[in-house]
Amino acid sequence: MLKKLSIAAIAALSLSAGAASAAGGAGHVHDVDFSFEGPFGKFDQNQLQRGLQVYTEVCAACHGMRYVPLRTLADEGGPHLPEDQVRAYAEQNFEVFDAELDDFRPARPTDHFPEGGDPNAPDLSLMAKARAGFHGPAGTGMNQLFKGMGGPEYIVSILTGYTGEEKEEAGTTFYENTAFPGGWIAMAPPLYGEDVEFADGHSNELHHEAEDVSAFLMWAAEPKMMARKQAGFVGVLMMVVLASLLFLTNKKLWAPVKGKKFTG
Amino acid sequence: MSGIPHDHYEPKSGAEKWLHKRLPVVGLIYDTIMIPTPKNLNWWWIWGIVLAFCLALMIATGVVMVMHYTPHVDHAFASVEHIMRDVNGGHMIRYIHMNGASLFFFAVYIHMFRGLYYGSYKAPREITWIIGMLIFLLMMGTGFMGYVLPWGQMSFWGATVITGLFGAIPFIGEPIQTWLLGGPAVDNYTLNRFFSLHYLLPFVIAALVIVHIWAFHTTGNNNPTGVEVRRGSKEEAAKDTLPFWPYFVVKDLVGLAIVLVFFFAVVGFMPNYFGHPDNYIEANPLVTPAHIVPEWYFLPFYAILRAFTSEVWLVQFLSWITGGIVDAKFVGVLAMFGAIAVMAIVPWLDTSRVRSGRFRPQFKWWFLILVIDFIFLMWLGAMPAEEPYATLSLIGATYWFGYFLVILPILGVIEKPTTPPATIEEDFNNHYGKPAE
Amino acid sequence: MSHAEDHEGTRRDFLYYATAGAGAVTAGAAVWPLVDQMNPSADVRALASIRVDVSGVEPGTQLTVKWLGKPVFIRHRTGAEIQEAAAQDAEFEAGVSVIDPFARNVNLGDEAAPASDANRTMPSPEGEAPQAWIVQMGVCTHLGCVPLGDAGEFGGWFCPCHGSHYDLSGRIRKGPAPENLPVPPAEWVDNSTIKLG
Repeated sequence: MLKKLSIAAIAALSLSAGAASAAGGAGHVHDVDFSFEGPFGKFDQNQLQRGLQVYTEVCAACHGMRYVPLRTLADEGGPHLPEDQVRAYAEQNFEVFDAELDDFRPARPTDHFPEGGDPNAPDLSLMAKARAGFHGPAGTGMNQLFKGMGGPEYIVSILTGYTGEEKEEAGTTFYENTAFPGGWIAMAPPLYGEDVEFADGHSNELHHEAEDVSAFLMWAAEPKMMARKQAGFVGVLMMVVLASLLFLTNKKLWAPVKGKKFTG
Repeated sequence: MSGIPHDHYEPKSGAEKWLHKRLPVVGLIYDTIMIPTPKNLNWWWIWGIVLAFCLALMIATGVVMVMHYTPHVDHAFASVEHIMRDVNGGHMIRYIHMNGASLFFFAVYIHMFRGLYYGSYKAPREITWIIGMLIFLLMMGTGFMGYVLPWGQMSFWGATVITGLFGAIPFIGEPIQTWLLGGPAVDNYTLNRFFSLHYLLPFVIAALVIVHIWAFHTTGNNNPTGVEVRRGSKEEAAKDTLPFWPYFVVKDLVGLAIVLVFFFAVVGFMPNYFGHPDNYIEANPLVTPAHIVPEWYFLPFYAILRAFTSEVWLVQFLSWITGGIVDAKFVGVLAMFGAIAVMAIVPWLDTSRVRSGRFRPQFKWWFLILVIDFIFLMWLGAMPAEEPYATLSLIGATYWFGYFLVILPILGVIEKPTTPPATIEEDFNNHYGKPAE
Repeated sequence: MSHAEDHEGTRRDFLYYATAGAGAVTAGAAVWPLVDQMNPSADVRALASIRVDVSGVEPGTQLTVKWLGKPVFIRHRTGAEIQEAAAQDAEFEAGVSVIDPFARNVNLGDEAAPASDANRTMPSPEGEAPQAWIVQMGVCTHLGCVPLGDAGEFGGWFCPCHGSHYDLSGRIRKGPAPENLPVPPAEWVDNSTIKLG
């Protein structure tokens, strides 16, 4: 009987985990097949670079990314830009306040992305981890086991979920969005399609732009994802080897103690 | 040391004798790891080692993270991001620590339910059980305070809500809450003391673990039959037992390694699955998240807490009889701590003369319902505070208390147990056959 | 019979050793991250090399910047200073008040290089004024105080803690300090920027 219970216990674990964010009123988030999903998924370097461009030319007007160091744009497993490009990018795009100079100066790779200019625009450093796109069924969060947490999907769905309807409440304009919980969002549609020109000639249709910037934000939130998956894989592998060896050792060790009925 | 008779350490060489006369540490270690262990222990007995491993893992990764963490409201969140992004291997260390807490509680719940099923709490092992419950309480405190340290939204609001529980105590509640927090609300002073205690408590737990082990090494392990090891002589005891090293160490390590396969899969491939996305938003005292939920391991008790609303007749009755001093909030808090308290006093609630659930035909079913009830409550704890979940929570909570306070005392009297084997040796041989001569 | 037993025994031993070995490797792999996390983190490593804008450093002035947590003196010499340094150089060559004969300049890649002024200085970015810049660690080689500029008996730097006198080339000439001020890795990356490290 206890064996059945162990299965139930594991099920319970998965049950309650995702249930956390099961509250009602959630908008519709559709699944996107990102390259970085699954145990062996990897970031697509070109996509991250395109996403960086969308972020820089569009999002950065209001939003910031204060936890992301600019130098990490050169990191392997990320956009992997050459170092002098990172230096030029930082210098040309951002100014940061230097406490030593008591003045603003062009950003250096050792600085972080600056905070956003609009106090109402949330910081995007961790946005892709701070939202869960998938819940259920029945508040159990089991969907996340198969589809992932759904953070980047949530961002894609928000960016492509505008219906075009607007309303005004207490002096603020709200825009109808099918993915936003509650259905009305204060952010004006940031992307319409063909907002940026990609140097690699990649399509700049709305949903491509949205996916690219979401992938970039996923990297920004979890820059060590590829290293982590690799470490996890090595850990699993080592433990499988160790468990197998220990299992055989255990069997050998106990064999003389156990009687004839023991056949293994 | 009393306990099961076995061979003790005898210093042989001159150096060994010299040391043993001054500090019998080798003898202590020898007697500890060579302890005679019932040879019929099944796989449910591996979780003790998993728990010991968890404690070591949490202390090791935790001490290391303190080298990079800053306990200040302005820097805590950023310093955690610093660990995740800049510190060598920091992202793995933190994810292991985060998910290590989940593994810790997963293991402790199995360990506890194993004890409840096989009657490990019954005389003469009450002290072992009580110490275990104390460890569990300290684990909950440590886990809760650790969750506050990253200073995310759930950290902040979890701290606000949970310390609010103490505020529910009549008269002295508010001063206690203020004393816990260090001020009128969760703030820097709270973060600092939680950090201090989060670092301290694991070492208190480690000390209690030693007492826990000392206690059951004195009484001897329980085993699936609940039949005691024969202690008439060393030879007799040796028929029922095998030394812990190497037999059970290796067996436990097999279990641990298998558990760790799954653990590394979670850490490597879905490290945030057991977490809450809102905790990746920095704490904001002015905005409450839409849906505050504790970590999964607190959910069953959280559900019991919320079950007692002002619509429950028991609450209304208690409120009326005390002239309103006891309100729904306070009853909820009492129920939550009571749910743990009834577990702690279970050695005196269970009246059965048979120890192991294996020989209690009716008990088995009530126990199964208890486990299902626990999982059910866990699910309910994550649901919003509305119908039908409130009523279902009340039913779940009622069964929890009913099991310990009503079913166990009565069942021991009315149930007719089957006959356990006379000895552990008999049970072992029934299962595996007689060992080849 | 006995042969079979031996065979069995070897196999068992091998399994035990393999298990113990795998366990040891796993434990080692688990310990390494705990050790490695104490090494400098990525943000600290990123500061191992910094770029200093020296466009504002006029001849006759000195800029002090922090590099690897320590002060670095970047001095732009005037023509008169260069001449005076040359005079001190000749004196030094003659063996007057010589404490440390080595250049202590990592950019030379030669530990035995003599402490001539030319070996301790940098030209201007275009190269038209040799020995116009001197870059050195602002840490007294005695006990680690920060020496004062434009001071001391040799007109270079003077450490107030225990009275060490450095000349215009940053060489120790008098006092308890044992070595010349070390020259850190430094190079021009453009006309107004020196890269340290």
